Amino acid sequence: MASANEASAPIMSLRSVSRTYGEGPALVRALREVDLEIMSGELVAVTGPSGSGKSTAMSILGCLELPTSGDYLIEGVAVQKLSKNVLALLRNQRFGFVFQAFNLLQRTSALDNVALPLVYAGVGRSERRARARAALGRVGLADRALATPNQLSGGEQQRVAIARAIVNEPEILLADEPTGNLDSKKGEEIMSLLSQLNREQQITVVMVTHDPRCAAYAKRQVSFLDGRIATDERRV
Amino acid sequence: MMFITTLSLARDALARNKLRSVLTMLGVVIGVSAVVTMQSMGLGATAYIAEAISGLGSNMLIAVPGATHGMSSMAGVPLFTMADLEAIRQRAPAVDRLTPVHSRMLRVVAGTNNRITNVAGVSTEYFQIRNWGTSRGRLLLEQDERQAALSCVIGQTLAERLFPGLDPLRQEVRIRDLPCKVVGVLEAKGGSMFGADQDDILLMPYATFSRRISGNARVATLIASALTADSIDEAKEQLTKLLRERRRVPKGETDDFTVRDPRELQALMQGVTSVLTSLLAGVAAISLMVGGIGIMNIMLVSVTERTREIGVRLAVGARQVDIMLQFLVEAVLLSTAGGALGIVAGLAAARGIAAQLAVPFVVPVQAIPIAFGVSVLVGVLFGVFPARKAARLNPLSALRFE
Repeated sequence: MASANEASAPIMSLRSVSRTYGEGPALVRALREVDLEIMSGELVAVTGPSGSGKSTAMSILGCLELPTSGDYLIEGVAVQKLSKNVLALLRNQRFGFVFQAFNLLQRTSALDNVALPLVYAGVGRSERRARARAALGRVGLADRALATPNQLSGGEQQRVAIARAIVNEPEILLADEPTGNLDSKKGEEIMSLLSQLNREQQITVVMVTHDPRCAAYAKRQVSFLDGRIATDERRV
Repeated sequence: MMFITTLSLARDALARNKLRSVLTMLGVVIGVSAVVTMQSMGLGATAYIAEAISGLGSNMLIAVPGATHGMSSMAGVPLFTMADLEAIRQRAPAVDRLTPVHSRMLRVVAGTNNRITNVAGVSTEYFQIRNWGTSRGRLLLEQDERQAALSCVIGQTLAERLFPGLDPLRQEVRIRDLPCKVVGVLEAKGGSMFGADQDDILLMPYATFSRRISGNARVATLIASALTADSIDEAKEQLTKLLRERRRVPKGETDDFTVRDPRELQALMQGVTSVLTSLLAGVAAISLMVGGIGIMNIMLVSVTERTREIGVRLAVGARQVDIMLQFLVEAVLLSTAGGALGIVAGLAAARGIAAQLAVPFVVPVQAIPIAFGVSVLVGVLFGVFPARKAARLNPLSALRFE
């Protein structure tokens, strides 16, 4: 694993990746031979109209889906060759996910939601609780540990989701429209939290967004159109 | 994922839908309680029969006139005689003890109380064959027989009816116009195998009965005991041969009398019990099957309802086996909770029924672990399919499921 300051090493690379859904006349080409390299420690904003393939690209990056053709390499290792259990392990140890719809477990406390990845990492109960508390502290919700999602505001729920994403110290955070369900003020808070995590803890962040103000936080913007990368710009 | 965590996850999931969980268990509860109840009842009935048989007396044989088969055969068939008894005593070495029993239903009067009861003339050996002693007073003696004494012993029920709150000893009862002194009260024997009250009885010397009541020396029933349990068949054979000879049954003709061995009755009763037991086992199996299908149905609903949850779990690193186990443990928890409830309900029901029927209540020690094991099995069997369905969900489509 490359350390965070070796920003030149690609942590994830897509090589001529295509992804199709369905068959025959219903065939949808979500991605068409996409090449993309993401360096360790980057904060990348992925933009594009709906149906452009950006969400599919995110799912493939997060090992939730496999490419139909082409290669996806994580630190040089081709993901297609890994077993489902290893993919689960990757999702558990290396990736954190933040979704537009938060995807917290209902009727489950913030603390237990945050601790969920640690359950599958085989961490014991008391350590799970301690680490989940610490993660909640990092997103500023130490005092809402026992609240359930329906007792939390949208912004708080998304912060709980971020705490869940970082609780197992992943290298990569994948955020799919993290501010999409929030008003602009709450959206700003989430964005500054993500960029803070990127800056201070060198977590690589890839985030899909529609909002130019969010995209402005990123030094690199990749835009998709019709299953292909249209632009890939770095700001200095 | 650790098993304890899985278990508490399953418990929480079931607790969230309490009513649904309880209703889902119901099939298994009914199935298991049926198994436990029927096993308990079956064992209780067996114990009851065994008790009734041993209450009859040890190594006992009963001879009555009339062929085993055919209803009309009783009419016109001669009774036994005292000479038959004498012949058996001398020429049937496997027969240990022997008593005539001749009885009638007669009204017995004591003061202002009276009751129609079974009045029987027996020899002193009757009490030995039937293992029957007195709770008060004495048994009939040889001397009573020789003198055709006007003395009798009475059963508990009759004693309570004729002499409520009084000591029946040395009191006089009248049978028709025959005065008879109570010399003993028999130990309580309870109901017979067929439910008749064996304590509703008055016993007098056979000599007294034949001279003063029946007016002849005929005998309606012979009760004999074999020397040992192993010689019952031998004694039965000797008895049959001798009675055929004395009653001049031609060769090839069927017996005009019947020698019964109560053990045959026991076998018959146990046969009936086991038929009932297997019938109920069938009902229980069907109920468990239906219960299992109910569990599967609810688990499938639950998997669909929780598709997004499964997606989240897969996204944060759950393996397929973790998801599979989660749902499987839930199903097994449902079925075993149902099984445990069923065992308790079954025991309670069996106890209630046993009390109602006045048969012994037996805890079916073997059936309980089997019933529990079967309910675990039902959970596994019917939980695997939904659990596999959950585990095989695609993480992405599960996350996007609406």
